[in-house]
Amino acid sequence: MTLLTRPLPLAASTLVLLATSVGAHAETRRLTIYTYESFVAEWGPGPAIEKAFEATCDDCDIEFVALDSSAGILNRVQLEGDSSDADVVLGLDTNLMAIAEDTGLLAPSGVDTSGLTLPIEWASDTFVPYDYGYFAFVYDTEKLDTPPASLAELVADPDGPKIILQDPRSSTPGLGFLLWMKYVFGDEAKERWADLQPRILATTKGWSEAYFSMFLNEEAPLVLSYSTSPAYHIEVDGTERYQAAAFEEGHYLQVEVAARLAASDEPELAAEFLAFLVSPQAQASIPLGNVMYPVADLGDALPDAFSRLIEPNETLLFDPAEVRDQRKAWVDEWLEASTR
Amino acid sequence: MRLDSLPWWLGPTFATTTVIALVGAPALRLISEAGALPWLTLVQDPWLLRVLRFSLAQAALSTVLALAMAIPVATALHHERCFPGRHVLTTLFGLSLVLPSIAAVFGLIAVWGSAGWINQLLDAAGLSLRVPVLYGLFGILLAHVFFNAPLITRVLLQALDDIPHTEWRLAAQLGLPASTRFWQLEWPVIARHLPGLASLVFTLCFTSFAVVLALGGGPRATTLEVAIYQALRFDFDLPLAVALAMVQLSVCLALTLTGGLFGKGNDTGLGLAGDDVQHNHWPQWHPHNGRTSHHRWMDRLLIAGMIALVVPPIVALMVSGFNARLLSVLTDSTTLAALANTVIAALAAASLALILALCLLSGVRHLHVRLRLARTGNVLQMIGNAILILPPVVLGTGLFLLLRNHVNVFALALLLVILVNALMGLPFALRLLSGPVLDGAVARDRLANSIGMPRWTRWRHVDLPLLRRPIAQASAIAATLAAGDLGAIALFGSERMQTLPLLLHTRLGSHRLDEAAATASLLIATCLIIYLIIVRVVGGSTRPTS
Repeated sequence: MTLLTRPLPLAASTLVLLATSVGAHAETRRLTIYTYESFVAEWGPGPAIEKAFEATCDDCDIEFVALDSSAGILNRVQLEGDSSDADVVLGLDTNLMAIAEDTGLLAPSGVDTSGLTLPIEWASDTFVPYDYGYFAFVYDTEKLDTPPASLAELVADPDGPKIILQDPRSSTPGLGFLLWMKYVFGDEAKERWADLQPRILATTKGWSEAYFSMFLNEEAPLVLSYSTSPAYHIEVDGTERYQAAAFEEGHYLQVEVAARLAASDEPELAAEFLAFLVSPQAQASIPLGNVMYPVADLGDALPDAFSRLIEPNETLLFDPAEVRDQRKAWVDEWLEASTR
Repeated sequence: MRLDSLPWWLGPTFATTTVIALVGAPALRLISEAGALPWLTLVQDPWLLRVLRFSLAQAALSTVLALAMAIPVATALHHERCFPGRHVLTTLFGLSLVLPSIAAVFGLIAVWGSAGWINQLLDAAGLSLRVPVLYGLFGILLAHVFFNAPLITRVLLQALDDIPHTEWRLAAQLGLPASTRFWQLEWPVIARHLPGLASLVFTLCFTSFAVVLALGGGPRATTLEVAIYQALRFDFDLPLAVALAMVQLSVCLALTLTGGLFGKGNDTGLGLAGDDVQHNHWPQWHPHNGRTSHHRWMDRLLIAGMIALVVPPIVALMVSGFNARLLSVLTDSTTLAALANTVIAALAAASLALILALCLLSGVRHLHVRLRLARTGNVLQMIGNAILILPPVVLGTGLFLLLRNHVNVFALALLLVILVNALMGLPFALRLLSGPVLDGAVARDRLANSIGMPRWTRWRHVDLPLLRRPIAQASAIAATLAAGDLGAIALFGSERMQTLPLLLHTRLGSHRLDEAAATASLLIATCLIIYLIIVRVVGGSTRPTS
């Protein structure tokens, strides 16, 4: 017995050491999140949320993968199917919810969304809403004194100042604007798109390209963005130069959502992350990081600039199921009007 | 030597297996997926029919326009043997096949676009006339004529130059007028080449991807290739992608079969076989010297027309890159990563294409020379041309379906781009190498055998010196084609993996023209440098003594 046990401690401790080092590798839980560029940019909410979340769990590691556009996230997980590396998709919106749900690739979030502050009722248990905002044209006050006062005015002035848009096939703001046009103009949307053509300087794949690469480089005085965008310039840059134009017809709403993938190999960690995403701690990064309205009540922590933004006189939104059924036809209508 | 202990069939078997696996497996997957589709409803789908109709119509129009332009210009160039710049011009004509199409599209936009050179000129002249909108059928036809008219011109010019002197002497002695000379001597030569050329150009335009993606793409101007890409990358409509791919596959198969029927016996040369266009004066007695000034001016006008079509976009491509954004584009990390990927993909694809071509041809030679099985050899060589039936986007769709449930396709993007481009380069490599490998092979083989030369020594001292220049030429062309390809990378590219053509397409798509211009110049420079380095380093500086 003694003879046998003596060498054991050494062997056992070696084994234990080996096991822990092997175990340590196996225990580092990696969560891969597909999102869009601006979410993970240095100044975006991604880095802060990543750091805060990694502090709450042992041996977990978030890897954000920045795709070149938001609607591209959905297409990518569809293309990758069950072999996708992604555990969580972050950056879809209300308009894509029904389409995304139909793929069968997503799993219920397990997050209680009842306490969130949203401008609409939240019924989905798959998608976790993490911020919202209203689409609006942001203009450069140094280049433009009076912005258009309505969508109708924008469309009716082909020789007016140039605008920068996003592609509805790849970008959620692009799709949002397409729906905004459809909501306001109905069956005449196609003709109004044709009217708008001369004013469009560029249609970019994603929002970042349009806003940063083009608009802030003064390539056009108007860009499709959000009513909240000026808040960033006011709070961070200390300038009132960029303002959102209020449109008489009302503004189309976007609620941005995240969801976990059914094929994820870290389903619990994914659920933990989604719950963390709507916690006040993570939400604090939203107003100036993603420059959108947070879904949690931040009280005094909400920057002052958010009280100085335009308030849409009407909130416009299609039912997600209607978007699912009509998207292809409406996108084709846009394509036809824009390549004429 | 060790090489001698290896059986002759090892290389050809490796190459055949690789090609059949890479082409056959995705094709079979497509066909099996297609079996499950509701074809009865699909063939009546108005959208699919519209896409098919447009694909065929634009290809037919492009072919007719390109031929209508090339025939008179080739004849004119054949008459006008000596003018400054003729050499440069005919070299340019030969380049159109390796010029990256997305870069050429940029050149065309810079010249013909709404803010392009022509509209600026019209503006400066105080005219309210405007070039029609480039996006749509007009732009697609313009680009296709830009690519194909020079190619046809060059092939026809070579053919016309080959008309024996004796025939011209006879024509001179009989004092035949210009029109009779044309119909009796020149037209029969042209007519002989027309079916082959028309079928080649039709196929090129039918499967054209980058041009249609950049200049068309709307529901009114979509070809099957672009519709397949959009079904996959925008709508994730796999059944639609499969259906479109099958239609594309059937048409390409039909084209290849009829092309083989028409094109039999004439080698279109593809304008690749080096510079063998003649530039010396016609001899004194030659009837071309006695043309009336009316005819001469006609010819010059035709040549000027072709120059006006071909040269400005290429000049625009080279000069507009030098703008305020050049430095920021060249130092941008995205650009540099794309540059690295482009070079890697080009070199790897070219090496693979070359290895496959040499392995296949060694088998063809063995079958021809040792086993006297010429027909089996030809079949072997035809396998290498399989990609001609399966355009890259169709092949990519098949690969995609095959792999997507097993691996993350986007993580393998670079590998897939290399494989698809290697297969695309293979027909060119085979075409350039088959002559040097097979011509005189029987005599060389007999000689080498009679003195008992070992295989390695034979390769080193007999085959390599003969093959070195064709090998360089083939790999340079395969590498340049791969560096400029947009098809495979458009399907498999992502934020992790971009190449210069994809980056150029993105920047063009978002109308960032200065950045696009700089990217286009970088792409052209990359292609040119890759081409020249391979030709110099692999080909050596001296001509082989044969």
